[in-house]
Amino acid sequence: MSADRSTPNTPPADGTDAAASASASGQTELIRFDKVTKRFGSHTVLDALDMKVYPGKHVTLIGPSGSGKTTILRLMMTLLKPDEGTIKLGDRYLTHEDKGGKLVPASDRYSREIRKNIGMVFQQFNLFPNMKVLRNITEAPVHVLGMDKDAAEQRARELLDLVGLTAHLDKYPSQLSGGQQQRVAIARALAMRPQVLLLDEVTSALDPELVAGVLDLLRDIAHSTDITMLCVTHEMNFARDISDCVMMFDAGRVIEFGPPEQIFTAPEHERTREFLSAVR
Amino acid sequence: MKFDWSAVGAFLPTFWNGVLVTLQALALGSLIAFGLGLVWALAQRSSLKVVRWPVTALTEFVRNTPLLVQLFFLFYVMPEWGVTLSALATGVIGLGLHYSTYTAEVYRSGIDGVPAGQWEAAIALSLPRRRTWTAVILPQAIRRVAPALGNYVIAMLKDSPMLFAIGVLEMLGEARQFSSQTFQTVEPYTVVGVAFIAIAYPASLLLRALERRLVR
Ligand SMILES: Nc1ncnc2c1ncn2[C@@H]1O[C@H](COP(=O)(O)OP(=O)(O)OP(=O)(O)O)[C@@H](O)[C@H]1O
Ligand SMILES: [Mg+2]
Repeated sequence: MSADRSTPNTPPADGTDAAASASASGQTELIRFDKVTKRFGSHTVLDALDMKVYPGKHVTLIGPSGSGKTTILRLMMTLLKPDEGTIKLGDRYLTHEDKGGKLVPASDRYSREIRKNIGMVFQQFNLFPNMKVLRNITEAPVHVLGMDKDAAEQRARELLDLVGLTAHLDKYPSQLSGGQQQRVAIARALAMRPQVLLLDEVTSALDPELVAGVLDLLRDIAHSTDITMLCVTHEMNFARDISDCVMMFDAGRVIEFGPPEQIFTAPEHERTREFLSAVR
Repeated sequence: MKFDWSAVGAFLPTFWNGVLVTLQALALGSLIAFGLGLVWALAQRSSLKVVRWPVTALTEFVRNTPLLVQLFFLFYVMPEWGVTLSALATGVIGLGLHYSTYTAEVYRSGIDGVPAGQWEAAIALSLPRRRTWTAVILPQAIRRVAPALGNYVIAMLKDSPMLFAIGVLEMLGEARQFSSQTFQTVEPYTVVGVAFIAIAYPASLLLRALERRLVR
């Protein structure tokens, strides 16, 4: 790794620390990326990335297309495996198992166990089209958490109430609008009571008039729960509203991070200024 | 040449037996073809080479040899191995095995057609592997390919007269027997031909309706 690359990668580690430290002093980080490298063929998408996120914090990842934001979320969800480095959730490794002091790549069973704590909402919703709305939400609580069916349905109804779709619990996803489907997907993720919620451009596939409803819902969730959120978005106003920390990515590196007021009003980096003026 | 309606009447009682045997062979053969085909399709996605390879070899072999040869093989060779089954049972197994190699391909395309996002959602919810298959992937895959599977049932119906070659008295077999006893040929074979249309055509209409319903 060349020197000019290692330097910009270091500050975010401490920086997120610093940014979050106001309210999280003394707490240990919930998510920790240590020198995570991810390549696709010869293309290095993430280069020895260090990153920390504290419990209950809402972190927004911004940056130009192809900078590696989705890759970070997919690594976190174990949809991808890092080529080098480690990712930790709390005091457990996400990517590796600690076998008698030796780190070995995580087994399927171990990954499944630890990722119960992580939920994800996708750009394309990815609801199960063969299940009605209610069962989309109860499926995992019943078959993963072993929840009683009635209890799971009760909880699903509460969540549908939260996302404003109680009237639609008996419909198939294809009978709902995009915005409604995305709200069901949010309810489905929350039903697992994850510690961490990953959101990847969840409004990008929606018609413009449906965006506001979904963002309002996420604002509500961000402000009313202590769930840790890692959020990729192009909606800068939304990022400003919900984030404790904004990370600006470029070419797989965090080039700047900080509280939203700082990043959006007084960015230090030229690249950040360019990016922000381009998306506004 | 005169068409003798009374011969049709005389043929009908044995003809019904033939119809029953044909439908029985078709139903049981379809069950085997659907079940075994799914087993092949899943085995071919196994991460283990020792599972994948033999299954690929077997299905390629069966698909690329004639059904008639397989029927003879099963009928004459299986008893040598100490397995003696009735002609109908042998025929059903042969038909089911042969067509399972086609349904395997159908399932495979159905499974491949399930969007990657469905797998990802299942992973994001930590669904166990087995549950992912049974509750998410297969229902969607099978729905996609139900019409294609149905087409193979119709193809199987049209191949069912081959069972006559190993002595199963299905529709064609009964017709043949009737004509060799009465020397009336036109009538029984006409009845059988009409019967095939009478089964296959409504079935294909049904399939088209199903297809329209599934493509929502
Ligand atoms: N499965 C893959 N195979 C090959 N290359 C990939 C794959 N996934 C991502 N990439 C590449 O990795 C880079 C980072 O992709 P990523 O999706 O993380 O970017 P992003 O920041 O989310 O961009 P966007 O804002 O467009 O969503 C891109 O150059 C992309 O082409
Ligand atoms: Mg992306």
